[in-house]
Amino acid sequence: MADGGKAAQGPATNEKQPLVRFEAVTKRFGSVAAVEALSLDIGHDEFFALLGPSGCGKTTLLRMLAGFETPTEGRILLDGEDIVPVQPHRRPVNMMFQSYALFPHLTVEGNIGFGLRQGNVARAEIADRVAEMLALVRLPGFGARRIDQLSGGQRQRVALARSLIKRPRVLLLDEPLAALDKKLRGETQFELMELQRKLGTTFVIVTHDQEEAMIVADRIAVMDRGRLMQVASPAEIYERPNSRWVAGFIGEATMMEGRVGPDDNIESALGRVRTGGTGKARPGDTVWLALRPEKIGMAADRPKDHVNSVSGTVSEIGYRGDMSIYKILLSDGSVMKVALTNASARGGAPFSLNDPVWLSWPPEAGVVLTE
Amino acid sequence: MQENLEKRDWGGRAVLLLPYLWLVVFFLTPFIIVLKISLSQTAMAQPPYLPVFDLSAGWAGLKEFAAQLSLDSFQLLFTDLIYLLSYLKSVQVAAISTIILLLIGYPFAYGIARAPRGWQPLLVMAVVLPFWTSFLIRVYAWINILQRDGLLNDVLMRLYIVDTPVSWLSSDTAIYIGMVYSYLPFMVLPLYAALEQMDETLLEAAADLGCSRWKTFWLVVVPLSLPGAAAGALLCFIPIVGEFVIPDLLGGSETLMIGQTLWNEFFANRDWPVASAIAVTLLALLLVPMLFYERLQQRSLGGGP
Amino acid sequence: MRRGASPFNIVSVALGLAFLYLPITVLVIYSFNASRLVTVWGGWSLAWYRELLNDAALLQAAWISLRVAAFSATAATILGTLAAVALVRLGPFRSRLLFSGMVYAPLVMPEVITGLSLLLLFVALNVDRGFWTITIAHTTLTMCFVTVIVQSRLIGFDRSLEEAAMDLGCPPLKTFLTITLPLIAPAIAAGWMLAFTLSLDDLVIASFTTGPGATTLPIRIYSEVRLGVKPEINAVCTIMIAVVAAGTIVASLITKGGAARRERAALGAQV
Repeated sequence: MADGGKAAQGPATNEKQPLVRFEAVTKRFGSVAAVEALSLDIGHDEFFALLGPSGCGKTTLLRMLAGFETPTEGRILLDGEDIVPVQPHRRPVNMMFQSYALFPHLTVEGNIGFGLRQGNVARAEIADRVAEMLALVRLPGFGARRIDQLSGGQRQRVALARSLIKRPRVLLLDEPLAALDKKLRGETQFELMELQRKLGTTFVIVTHDQEEAMIVADRIAVMDRGRLMQVASPAEIYERPNSRWVAGFIGEATMMEGRVGPDDNIESALGRVRTGGTGKARPGDTVWLALRPEKIGMAADRPKDHVNSVSGTVSEIGYRGDMSIYKILLSDGSVMKVALTNASARGGAPFSLNDPVWLSWPPEAGVVLTE
Repeated sequence: MQENLEKRDWGGRAVLLLPYLWLVVFFLTPFIIVLKISLSQTAMAQPPYLPVFDLSAGWAGLKEFAAQLSLDSFQLLFTDLIYLLSYLKSVQVAAISTIILLLIGYPFAYGIARAPRGWQPLLVMAVVLPFWTSFLIRVYAWINILQRDGLLNDVLMRLYIVDTPVSWLSSDTAIYIGMVYSYLPFMVLPLYAALEQMDETLLEAAADLGCSRWKTFWLVVVPLSLPGAAAGALLCFIPIVGEFVIPDLLGGSETLMIGQTLWNEFFANRDWPVASAIAVTLLALLLVPMLFYERLQQRSLGGGP
Repeated sequence: MRRGASPFNIVSVALGLAFLYLPITVLVIYSFNASRLVTVWGGWSLAWYRELLNDAALLQAAWISLRVAAFSATAATILGTLAAVALVRLGPFRSRLLFSGMVYAPLVMPEVITGLSLLLLFVALNVDRGFWTITIAHTTLTMCFVTVIVQSRLIGFDRSLEEAAMDLGCPPLKTFLTITLPLIAPAIAAGWMLAFTLSLDDLVIASFTTGPGATTLPIRIYSEVRLGVKPEINAVCTIMIAVVAAGTIVASLITKGGAARRERAALGAQV
């Protein structure tokens, strides 16, 4: 089984070869395609996130990797071997379920050791490894407890221990933190990252929470309606989204529509805007400039040297404690969102409703998008 | 998961095979035999009918077999008034009993559904418990009460409601009492299940929009509980038509219900073909309600074809 | 639906329960009545229970009934559980309609039809009627009740538990045996008990399919009852009621204990 990785025959694990490869995988339920001709590589020792709105196919993809769904078309390779014909109980892949799926009629020890008992592992060794896992997830001595005696957070850790004890090639996590409150979720996110670094196992997490994906993942695959929108590191996705959809899905952005002019400029309703580069767009093309709220500066007076500046009035303020989000109504009727940290110790926002303000941003601050 | 089962179809087939075979042999085949015997003629023989299906006689035997089939038994059923009256009485008793059961069972089930959460399982258990004791015993218990020197007369006389003992047994009234008594759990439980699942916010919405409790009951609760009421009604009506024990123990000897008629034809008259014909006709009569009930079941269980 | 019971509701439930339990109560009380007559109270007595012990035929019939019930309940539970698994897990298959029709028909069909058809089968097969034919008949009758109970439990069953087991390396069959079965065991047990009770209780089908030397308790009681009320019958009925009531209460305590624990587990998972 997963121990010793005997299941993957053929060429020895090659670091240059991806650990998991989806090759043009399609999954149809009736006439609806949950996943459409999707190709994706996931590497070794990687914390990988599948992110997207509900119905985008991320859970289906995960379940195909686990073996609970079979692709209608395409192959899934693990260490170079096609695992589609392999039954789920034979795959060196383990999953942590969203509902934890702990066996109510077994104890904590019974649950965690369950996977080892399916193979030929000696009783003594099972006991040792269970104790090891309990220590790892910080539940020492919990072995004899029954599942209904545990809190939600404790159950989650038992589920994690159960899915890691067989040292799988890939650990799949299906929205593992959805049931936890915000504080616990934050702590657990860091614990998961630490665990992944320690074990070196590839983790694949499915989540709809973009903040979570950004925090934990080395790379994120953003999906929408069965297709991959962008696959990159969190920083890359945030700073260099490849489409308006991705820019809008991750974080906030103001979209400014315009025509490409000479010298990396864009002609928009607010005038000429200097950008850091228009990329593949040619003069005359319609493009959109995506601006993140924290990249825009706000002042009462017109800035002297910044090239991109517009005036407007404060129409709404959202005070968040650490930051304030301002909605600024511009001269052409459009709205721009600006985020300022509340650095001043006095508290409260430096600007008030209906204040006239000047917004400005450096040319490299925005991303020019062609779609 | 579906696919894993399909991938190794033999696994699924094996699960299906045992009960399927059992039912084909012990359920389906008997019906075919009943049909066949209903088309046979009575004979003073063992078994008491002709022709006997004998494969060893070969093709000629089969031809002779077919030739000897007759519709005599069915003719008898349709011409002799006794049988017609028996069917009519059975349907009448079943219909009236079902109506009484609805009238009594609905408030009962509704009361349980409105009881405090903690009490409900206990109340349901209390309704089910008599059902788990012997059916025969419970009917028999009514004999204790309804007989001439029984409890009911005793109480009535002491209360000066009647002067002399009334003959309650051997009457249609006794049959109705017995039917309603025995089938009450079958009516209450499906009704309770439907009422209990009702979304309370619907009632709150009705009240919010101006409905009194009474109106809410008729405009919201009753329509929504209709499937449960239909299931309960069918679960009672269909078996009552063919009931034997209750009319036999509690009823009189004027017109018999069809279950008694079948029994008598079989055991007393040793007329197997007629008894089989009665069974076939009864089944045909009940086919539509049974299919209806099946449809209701599938819809509620959600696991239908 | 729990906004609080009105007086009408309370009265309805009280009357209903009184109606259900009245005859049984009367019967139990009069089994201790020293006098033969129902209307005359002769004082508390165990005379009829003593006579019962001497009634060999009745005791013999009770013993046969118990054995028939045990065998047929067990067979019905196995077949009914398999049928439920097939109906819930197999999805659409050819002749599914026929299969589910056959499974559910005994639920509503008049027993005289089922009894007659089975007897005719046994005659056609030239099988000697007796203990085993009754057992087979009862199995066929009670199978559907088991299926209904197990099916509704299976439909609500959390499939992710099975997926988790397979994910951890447990083959599908072993998963069913070690994970699914233990967790639906209460439903299976309830099905067994129901099948047992129905078999113990059945008169019509037993009458059709019985043979010499295989008189069941209901058949015996019935033949005695036709001749009039006998106090020994009251006694045997009371004993049966006591046994069934005790068994039901024990069973519900067991399932309540298990259900309560599972409920707490399920609630906790949402915390």
